[in-house]
Amino acid sequence: MGVCLAFDEVKMAAQLQFRDVTLGYDRHPAVHHLSGEVTAGALLAVVGPNGAGKSTLFRGLVGILRPLAGTILTAGLDTRDIAYLPQTADIDRSFPISVFDFVGTGLWRQTGLFGGIGREARGKIEKALSAVGLSGFENRGIGTLSGGQMQRMLFARVLLQDARLIVLDEPFNAIDAKTSADLLALVGQWHAEKRTVLAALHDMELVRAHFPETLLLARGQVAWGSTADVLTTENLLEARRMCEAFDDSAAACAVDDKTSQAA
Amino acid sequence: MVYDALIAPFIEFEFMRRALAAVIALSLGGAPIGVFLMLRRMSLVGDAMAHAILPGAAIGFLLSGLNLFAMTAGGLIAGFTVAILAGVVARITELKEDASLATFYLASLALGVTIVSIKGTNIDLLHVLFGNILAMDDQTLLVIAFNATITLAVLAVIYRPLVIESVDPVFLRTVSRAGAPAHLVFLALVVVNLVNGFQALGTLLAVGLMILPAGIARFWSRDITGMISIAVASAIVSGYAGLVLSFQTRVPSGPAIILVAALLYVVSVLFGSVRGVIRQMFPAPHLEA
Repeated sequence: MGVCLAFDEVKMAAQLQFRDVTLGYDRHPAVHHLSGEVTAGALLAVVGPNGAGKSTLFRGLVGILRPLAGTILTAGLDTRDIAYLPQTADIDRSFPISVFDFVGTGLWRQTGLFGGIGREARGKIEKALSAVGLSGFENRGIGTLSGGQMQRMLFARVLLQDARLIVLDEPFNAIDAKTSADLLALVGQWHAEKRTVLAALHDMELVRAHFPETLLLARGQVAWGSTADVLTTENLLEARRMCEAFDDSAAACAVDDKTSQAA
Repeated sequence: MVYDALIAPFIEFEFMRRALAAVIALSLGGAPIGVFLMLRRMSLVGDAMAHAILPGAAIGFLLSGLNLFAMTAGGLIAGFTVAILAGVVARITELKEDASLATFYLASLALGVTIVSIKGTNIDLLHVLFGNILAMDDQTLLVIAFNATITLAVLAVIYRPLVIESVDPVFLRTVSRAGAPAHLVFLALVVVNLVNGFQALGTLLAVGLMILPAGIARFWSRDITGMISIAVASAIVSGYAGLVLSFQTRVPSGPAIILVAALLYVVSVLFGSVRGVIRQMFPAPHLEA
């Protein structure tokens, strides 16, 4: 067993390293002292009650929220190598842009500010749209899409981003079974292509069936490892006991003091 | 008869030709900016910025009288200062852009009124407030054309990040750092076009040739390219018709242009093909699929 672990360590490089990461808002931690590694090519579910810090963790990971303490190492990933699908996509649906153009923004990595969308790129966009079952929607405005179609469109963009790390924040919320099955197949495909995929999820059955690894988060880490070991009744109960509200009169975290002294 | 009313003024009088050239240049630069202001829900920001320019122009006036370049430079400095301070405050604090802009523009408006009241006649003040498109000299015309050209060139450069930031700001933040610079450059373009417009329309109405065409365009097109084209076209039509109206009736030129634009706006609200009032009251039968 020990030999096997050592072999894994040599073979699997860490794609992500969390080193005592604390993320939060106004000094209040939403993710508290998280440490751990995600190997390259992992398919990791992040589960936990509402307010557990799943979205905050992802925001820190993709670089739109700076950690209050600690570091997140991404093993040489550029921001362009990360595709992020936020939970409540902050999208102005009244903006006059077609599905084709919107999905085309996923090619930013190739096109950047000025690069043109040539025939090859057009082909890619068509392919991505057909992969998510949105062929024929090219010229529709994004405001005309249903919730499920919207999510399919966002997946098409993630597909085009061709990223080594894919971060999905509750991708299957308020989505019917057919759509989530289709999109889950895409996630499986990304996993097969050795991309690292992190997804925040609430559906434990879905996690057990499709995600080999799980991080159970309740502000701090409750358990992290193979899904069967993590999603035990005791662990889930412990996660549920987490207190959600910030304590406005909370003192500065003592662990922080220790680490800063050590550093 | 029609010729006399619509074409003869421009053939007979050079000042009318200059005015028409000015209004076309203003439309080409200002209308696309107005479309983005509208789509980014910043229409009132444009209005606020127009007020913010006033003290700068007033300082220019105080220092060197009714001098075009001094007033333009002053307006640009004041506008940029307010735009950038407001943008920076909104980006690094919790205050939203509209609130921080309101603060800055009120302060600078108060400053401007104070400065104007120190020196200057009522006629000078009227000129600053409402402009005079019928008194375009070569220099002014060149400045306006130059600014319009710069606007279109710069807008082409920031077009893609600007569109993506408008529709999905979080996505842009995860793929690029171009969002914040694009936004600040866009605010700068707003200022350039306001200053540009106030030569012709004055500080109070300059924003009208940007915002009204954008509002008109929204009722006729569903995609952004179409909107920009329609906005530019309707700005040019308003400018031309406004000049004719002003020439024939002695209505002041600036207000005449904005009134024509307002009329087009009302017509668009009523009859527009994209969610116009009439279209919504008498909808075509629904389709099979």
